[in-house]
Amino acid sequence: MEEKQNFQTSLDFNQNIFKPSTREEIVEIVKNCYKKSIPLEISGLQSKNKIGRNFQAEKTLDLSNYKGIIDYKPEELYIKVKAGTPISEIEEALKKNNQQLAFEPNDFGYLFSGESNSGSIGGVVACNFAGSRRFKVGSVRDHLLGFQGVNGKGETIKSGGTVVKNVTGYDLCKILSGSFGTLTVLTEISIKVLPKPETSKTLIIKNPHVKKALDYLGQSLSSSTDPSGGVFYPDYFGKNFILNDLTHDGGLTGIRIEGPMNSVDQRINRLSKELALIDNEFSVLDSVQTEIFWNKTKNLEVFKNSKSNLIRVVVPISETLQVIQKLKKDDLNYFIDWGGSLIWMAFDHLNSKILSEIKEITKKHQGYYTLIKIEDDFKASADIFTIDPIKYKISEKIKKSFDPKRIFNPGKMYTGI
Amino acid sequence: MSSLQMPKVDSSILSNKDKIVSDIGRIINPKNVLSHPDELRPFETDGLTAYRQMPLVVVMPETVEEVSNILKYCNDSKVKVVPRGAGTGLSGGSLPLEDCVLMAMGKFNKILEIDYENRCVVTQPCVTNLAITHAVQDKGFYYAPDPSSQIACSIGGNVAENSGGVHSLKYGATTNNLLGIEVVLMDGTITKFGGKAMDSEGYDFLGLMTGSEGLLGVITEVTVKILKSPEIVKAALIGFPTIEDAGNCVAEIIAEGCIPAGMEIMDKALTKATNDYSKAGYPTDAEAMMIVEFDGTEHEVEAYIEKAKQIAEKNNSSSLKVSKSNEERLKFWAGRKAAFPACGVLAPDYMCMDGSIPRGKLAEVLREITRLSKKYDLPVANAFHAGDGNLHPLIMFDANDKNSLKKCEDFGADILKYCVKVGGALTGEHGVGIEKRELMCEAFNDKDIQQQLTIKVALDPNSLLNPGKVYPILRKCAEEGRVHVHGGKTKFPDIPRF
Repeated sequence: MEEKQNFQTSLDFNQNIFKPSTREEIVEIVKNCYKKSIPLEISGLQSKNKIGRNFQAEKTLDLSNYKGIIDYKPEELYIKVKAGTPISEIEEALKKNNQQLAFEPNDFGYLFSGESNSGSIGGVVACNFAGSRRFKVGSVRDHLLGFQGVNGKGETIKSGGTVVKNVTGYDLCKILSGSFGTLTVLTEISIKVLPKPETSKTLIIKNPHVKKALDYLGQSLSSSTDPSGGVFYPDYFGKNFILNDLTHDGGLTGIRIEGPMNSVDQRINRLSKELALIDNEFSVLDSVQTEIFWNKTKNLEVFKNSKSNLIRVVVPISETLQVIQKLKKDDLNYFIDWGGSLIWMAFDHLNSKILSEIKEITKKHQGYYTLIKIEDDFKASADIFTIDPIKYKISEKIKKSFDPKRIFNPGKMYTGI
Repeated sequence: MSSLQMPKVDSSILSNKDKIVSDIGRIINPKNVLSHPDELRPFETDGLTAYRQMPLVVVMPETVEEVSNILKYCNDSKVKVVPRGAGTGLSGGSLPLEDCVLMAMGKFNKILEIDYENRCVVTQPCVTNLAITHAVQDKGFYYAPDPSSQIACSIGGNVAENSGGVHSLKYGATTNNLLGIEVVLMDGTITKFGGKAMDSEGYDFLGLMTGSEGLLGVITEVTVKILKSPEIVKAALIGFPTIEDAGNCVAEIIAEGCIPAGMEIMDKALTKATNDYSKAGYPTDAEAMMIVEFDGTEHEVEAYIEKAKQIAEKNNSSSLKVSKSNEERLKFWAGRKAAFPACGVLAPDYMCMDGSIPRGKLAEVLREITRLSKKYDLPVANAFHAGDGNLHPLIMFDANDKNSLKKCEDFGADILKYCVKVGGALTGEHGVGIEKRELMCEAFNDKDIQQQLTIKVALDPNSLLNPGKVYPILRKCAEEGRVHVHGGKTKFPDIPRF
């Protein structure tokens, strides 16, 4: 649908923070900023706004008023919402139909403010951080069916739709997922939803050793028991989990199995045999405790109220052990998610020497890092995101194709983008 | 077949043919540069055989450096390049241009690495889809996306088209099963997007490249996820007295939280054709016939099959059979897989459409197709990947009768427009190519298309890589061709199509 050309709004362009409640207003704001080359910071519910480089933007486009469910069709497995809609509101609506966002969006509220704030759907798409089910169901980008947005010239554009199978034109859903608001202001988002599993249980293995844990995780992920989560918490985090059926408080490996009741029991049983576990070595969490356990993981609650710097490292599973061994410093606290592929690393102190070491090691091991939380003094000079020179050049071109005057979150990801 | 406008032929390139052949012959082994008409003939078309065009020259590079050097040369000399994998695509994505270098990737045919620890396979792009599964199945793994042509189609082509398959409802299409690619851009830049890790840094170029139909880069290496094969697979064959009942059953199965591995519906016309052709033994009295398949562990599959049975009965199923063995399950599928050839014997020609619709609109869309069938006075049969809303109407006509062909094209375009109207898409898995190019304006407005073209220009400023595909040249919604089968013979009659 073409936007109306001659709409009237009551926008005051002298203000520094715009809080539009219609798409027409968003278009007008962006057009105005494009015309005058005014940089815009795009913000949602402030749950992840601290992630990214410091940058100067004269105005803020706050989408928290641009919210609401436009269309929810449980039987078609999609929900279409405005970009500022809180994740909590979406999850509430889905719950009534026994459905969920299968990619388990992280709740960064605990990390940054000590309390829950799962943010808006626009922010979740812009960051593309997925939770523990990543290796089974994909990331946020795999669930984005379609979007409507406003590009850097103030033009309304769309891609995809609400059907799962659609190969019409370039898949812009992918390039916008994880672009941290640097390419397009998302306005409407159609996202795939999936049924909640009938039940879920978690096999908890008592074990403080990372090498052994990675063996357990590797075997589980390659077994036909089809797990949907695999984490390792070292000794120092074990005490964070106080659950009725958890029989110890040290380091633990957690493996989640979901599905119909009979099948979950059968698979948990089989998995414990395949891993050759003996009776006092493991415990099984029921569905209530399973939910608590994995929510804590998704919400990074072990880092709640921590003053440490937090780094998100993604490497192939085969490399995880070496990366941890090489980066093992006295003040490193970490846990492993995604069945071994994602390492959340907390350092009490960071400096450019340590960071370049992390960069070098993750790169050597075919992965990358993202600085999630970082002390203010160091933030201005640190590389928050990594990139190689060839991809940087291509990124510059893609940025220009969406946002030719670089008005959206300029410099949030990389200098010059 | 109606004439199709392609990008303007550059006559200076045609007259420079000898020089281009000898220049490229210095970049790669001259034996891998084909220029004689007899050598070019096999490359004149792909799976969309209605269109044919001989390229200027065919090059068959053997290394990524050769690909890069050829592209750089063509970029500098302003020569158009059309990439080609196995040439099985159904939307004309590899149709050559008269003044193009056709880059045939056939020599990139080796699996490079099988990595069970990271559960992935690194392969060259012209390895077939099925060969990947064959390479890992002895360890109990497989590659999930299964386009019907998987015996012949290349994995690089799958990436370019974002191919789906019968099981994409549960396991996703190519884009959801890819970890990384190596790509050469038109200016010769070699780069890797993604790798063996689950995500990669910066913008998701892997996602952008997937399904870009060879317009943004040439794929020279692919890393795909492999999955552990499910313990058991069971299917149910269910007949329904009305299409509405079948459609409701699909919606309820999904709503109940069972995600089948595959869920297929055939209408009565197709069921009858299939029974006559392959003695499939499908219920003949049913207006709609459904195959629903579940995979997983034993208890899981039993639970889902039981649930599906209850839902089918609630929705007035007229017959219901659950596979008791793997042989029986494959027999259920054999008929479905013979559906397309079965249409080939009903009429001299048929055209296969590929629209995507919301699952709940099935009955409405089929009613409209029936209405259109009467309007155009052409028979039609329908196959439907019901689980993910991907509809394949097969329109029967006679290509020797110009009036019949024109009617068929109009009929096909009307179906796709209706798919878009009810909230669906022009193409679910075959790609746009040249086939649906002029219909793009049904789905997108000028600004949407302009945004996509700006991305193209950012990576290929002279629009030399696979020009004339995907995006309309003419500003009109012309009624172009579809997958056209004459006398039951496709270009590759031995490749399954379903």
